[in-house]
Amino acid sequence: MAKDTKKKRKGSAEAEGEKYAICLEGVNKAYEDGVPALTDINLKIVPGEFVFIAGETGSGKSTLIKLLLRELKADSGSINVCGYDLMRIKRREVPKFRRNLGVVFQNFRLLKERNVYDNVAFAQRIIQKSERDIRKNVPSILSAVGLAGKYKAKPKQLSGGEQQRVALARALVNKPSILLADEPTGNLDPKNTTDIMHLLEKINQNGTTVVVVTHNREVVNLMQRRVVTLRKGVIVSDEEKGGYIDED
Amino acid sequence: MKISTFFYTLRQGIINVFRNKWFTLASLATISACLFIFGIAYSLLVNFQHMVKTAEEGVSITVFYDEGLPQEEIDLIGAQIEARTEVSKVVFVSADEAWAEFSAELGEAAEGITENPLVNSANHEVYLNDVSAQAHLVKYIEQIEGVRKVNQSEFTANLFTGVNSLVTYVSIGMIAILLSVSVFLISNTVTIGISVRKEEITVMKYIGATDFFVRAPFVFEGMIIGLIGSALPLVLLYYIYEVALKFLAEKFAFLSSLLVTLPVWDVFVVLIPVSLVIGVGIGFFGSFFTVRKHLKV
Ligand SMILES: Nc1ncnc2c1ncn2[C@@H]1O[C@H](COP(=O)(O)OP(=O)(O)OP(=O)(O)O)[C@@H](O)[C@H]1O
Ligand SMILES: [Mg+2]
Repeated sequence: MAKDTKKKRKGSAEAEGEKYAICLEGVNKAYEDGVPALTDINLKIVPGEFVFIAGETGSGKSTLIKLLLRELKADSGSINVCGYDLMRIKRREVPKFRRNLGVVFQNFRLLKERNVYDNVAFAQRIIQKSERDIRKNVPSILSAVGLAGKYKAKPKQLSGGEQQRVALARALVNKPSILLADEPTGNLDPKNTTDIMHLLEKINQNGTTVVVVTHNREVVNLMQRRVVTLRKGVIVSDEEKGGYIDED
Repeated sequence: MKISTFFYTLRQGIINVFRNKWFTLASLATISACLFIFGIAYSLLVNFQHMVKTAEEGVSITVFYDEGLPQEEIDLIGAQIEARTEVSKVVFVSADEAWAEFSAELGEAAEGITENPLVNSANHEVYLNDVSAQAHLVKYIEQIEGVRKVNQSEFTANLFTGVNSLVTYVSIGMIAILLSVSVFLISNTVTIGISVRKEEITVMKYIGATDFFVRAPFVFEGMIIGLIGSALPLVLLYYIYEVALKFLAEKFAFLSSLLVTLPVWDVFVVLIPVSLVIGVGIGFFGSFFTVRKHLKV
């Protein structure tokens, strides 16, 4: 999606950041207990890229996603996402910034008491779309993820793979320029995993930048995309068309 | 804010009210109970004040004059007293009228007395707006040239003043306690509502919901509970009040000169708006500050 909300900024480092969908430089983050979760992270992702973030448990993958969502603020360094300087963004600008991002999680995070249609429409209502737009956009995105026939089902009546499709539809219905997925296939069987991955690929082909966190070796090796590997909060490798790096 | 956003968040607020039936019922019951007690306290208070006021109006002080003081001077002093703000009415009673009244009370015993024995009993009966000003007024009248004596019923005046302020303070204290209990409870309900919907709120924030959009449904929820919570006791009180009036009129008819009650609408014309404002106000502030505290993005 074309960016029309980009901020005009002066500094050259920040202007540099605007070439990228995501640009992290020298980023450090420690939790309250003082243990560093991420150390000196440098990561540049251009618009339209498909990137895996791999690494063993506790390596800092989710922390990275939270920094990108501005759920957490970095301790130092610079983070620029969609033209927003996340080190300086004001609290009240955060909602507007987040409308550029779509996000899905391992546990889907669907609203249990609402049906498929309402779960997706929910996202549109939050950004104050008109009911007319919603009636047009929701069915269209639901058929794009292959759930055209399941409007009225409640989440618990769906399989894990179907639930993740609903979550994807919800993340995509507002047409974000970046899709962040934290272990999207962590709860799925191999068949559904492959299906979801193909869906993510399709989304990426339509121009959305896709960042997928995973520690699923098969997925990474199958897709042959850029792979950034974290270990103990440090980027230990960043390869185009990479494979999963085993721990030794 | 778009008008559609207003209605969407309002609808979510209404849905919230029904989603957590038990918590809603609990805070509804508390607000209703508080406002019910408030309504009773208020009704009793205004009626009591009304009774006191009516009784007060019957309490007078009597001013007697020096022997042989000319009528013109007595009239002048009467006018001077009447001019004071705390005085509602001054009635002149001539010596003959005083005797006529007294002899009527004596009945047979007064028969045969032809000369008026109360020659110097021409007096002014002074009625006050406010009994609590009586002591002060008496002091003032006593120092007027030509005044011989001032009779007052100090005991009645003090009793009225004392009971009146006691009732007022007790009511205010009770109402203050009840209202803070209500605020506490609605804040609790909203806190529980927020924790129950933590997941939904998290998702909303990820999608880019503004603070207003996240908070508004909870504030509406509080206000709706407050509104219903104030309407219920009002309806109930209305009927209870009518029944009570009928009961008093029937069973205590002999006290009707003392129990001067106010008609329903004299009380409710104040009670309705005050209860609604308090109920909705408790709902609004209780939820607004709770939501602010718990929904930091
Ligand atoms: N809220 C928190 N408070 C304190 N420490 C935390 C918190 N969240 C994560 N950590 C720590 O930060 C480090 C990185 O955690 P993170 O969740 O980013 O790992 P991860 O790579 O996503 O792991 P997983 O694959 O298990 O999801 C870990 O050592 C973790 O214990
Ligand atoms: Mg994680």
